[in-house]
Amino acid sequence: MSYIRIDNLTKIYLGRRSKPRSLHDPAEHSGDNVLVLNNISMSFEEGEMVCILGPSGCGKSTLLRIIAGFENPSYGSIWVGDKPVIGPSDQSIFVFQHSGLFPWMTVAQNVGLGLRHMEDIEAKNEKIKEYIEIVELDGFEDYYPHQLSGGMQRRAELARAIAVNPDLLIMDEPFSGLDFLTHMKMREEVVNMHEFIRKTTLVVTHDIDDALIMGNRIVVFSGRPAALKMIHKLDFPRPRDFERDHGLSRLRSEIFLMLGVPYAV
Amino acid sequence: MLELIGNGTLLRHTVASLFRVTAGFYLAVLLGVPLGILLGRISMLWAFLNPVIQFLRPISPLAWIPLAMLWFGIGDPPAIFLIFLASFFPMVVSTTIAVHNINPIYFQVAANFNFSRKEIIARLIFPAIIPEVVTALRLTVTIAWLVVVAAEMIAVRSGLGYLILDARNALRMDYVMDGMIVIGLIGLVLDHIMKRLGNIESAQWGAKVR
Ligand SMILES: Nc1ncnc2c1ncn2[C@@H]1O[C@H](COP(=O)(O)OP(=O)(O)O)[C@@H](O)[C@H]1O
Ligand SMILES: [Mg+2]
Repeated sequence: MSYIRIDNLTKIYLGRRSKPRSLHDPAEHSGDNVLVLNNISMSFEEGEMVCILGPSGCGKSTLLRIIAGFENPSYGSIWVGDKPVIGPSDQSIFVFQHSGLFPWMTVAQNVGLGLRHMEDIEAKNEKIKEYIEIVELDGFEDYYPHQLSGGMQRRAELARAIAVNPDLLIMDEPFSGLDFLTHMKMREEVVNMHEFIRKTTLVVTHDIDDALIMGNRIVVFSGRPAALKMIHKLDFPRPRDFERDHGLSRLRSEIFLMLGVPYAV
Repeated sequence: MLELIGNGTLLRHTVASLFRVTAGFYLAVLLGVPLGILLGRISMLWAFLNPVIQFLRPISPLAWIPLAMLWFGIGDPPAIFLIFLASFFPMVVSTTIAVHNINPIYFQVAANFNFSRKEIIARLIFPAIIPEVVTALRLTVTIAWLVVVAAEMIAVRSGLGYLILDARNALRMDYVMDGMIVIGLIGLVLDHIMKRLGNIESAQWGAKVR
């Protein structure tokens, strides 16, 4: 049963020189148009953590923005559950690469953003507390984002995202800009969080190890225009370990080769 | 100076001036900030109105005196109008720039969390621009106060501007100096009040106000 379906998705950024003359004539062949996503079809199951890899600039962020409804596809369609994606909504929450927390709100207010229509204030506060505890930020409820470290900000944003109980979580390079140790810890926390809430999650990363450690499924794109190079279900046991699991390290070498890096350790 | 304080003249003129500045400045803020938000969000409107604003801005409030008197007669209304005029455009432009400076990611977050149009204004734009608007208030109140003397040179019989003009006509240079000193002191106090405003919590989430 596929939960997220991407059908023949194509994205072309129209250049300044080419204006479409009609809806069915997008003038996509003139010089300065950028074909970013080239006829991509794939589907994921409910509750999966899908890790997406690909060379920089191939269109990973574009794909995520389209799935989140921030941009329209040029051709093709996206389905989440049984609903087509027609625009942003709190059914698919995007966790931003650079912090998308509102700096004028405290951690608790930010986490409560998606719960603001709850009438029962007590139940709402209880829920906010619960999600702050999930990401281990208890004690920091009344802090403003700029009073938190980079890792804590990301955890707060994660709490805000899962607190609305979305059908889909979308993360674009969630660990970029973190120091090595914080990166490792965050990665483990995201895996634990996913084990716990079992939400369908899409993660774009440029780190092959992240993808192999975290994913239930791994997707590898070619360079721009992004085309599907590999889509692979990962059912290695957790916690995953490259030393112990030779299948995992073989796959890593394979992907390195696929991305143009002859890998040797 | 003691004489002016003693017989209450100074207090009377100061209150009159403060009233005009307060009225003109409040009007400018009340109309300027919403207009600035509108212009910040609707780029068509900004493209259309910005040239008009930039055309009107360099025209000194002094040049408006004849028109102000024609439209508002004499007394408080034209004086308040001049103060309003001097503070209105800086407020509009600062607010518009503050809205333009909002990180576009925040609007995507708002869309992602199904914000209504009202919520976008009340929970995003408004808090986001507060620090910059408070800074603008601080600069603009000085402009408003600066204009009060000029505004009171037109057919009002009270205010520090009138006091100075009247004293000059009577060749009382000491009264002129007194008027100038009080204007300076009040400017100092106004700036201090605005600084305190910048220190309240909601205006502080961004850069600290100094
Ligand atoms: N709004 C846009 N207009 C035109 N081109 C764009 C736009 N956004 C992205 N692109 C182009 O699309 C390509 C893919 O960008 P992106 O999805 O950010 O790549 P990735 O996230 O894989 O590094 C890049 O070449 C970029 O220049
Ligand atoms: Mg990217």
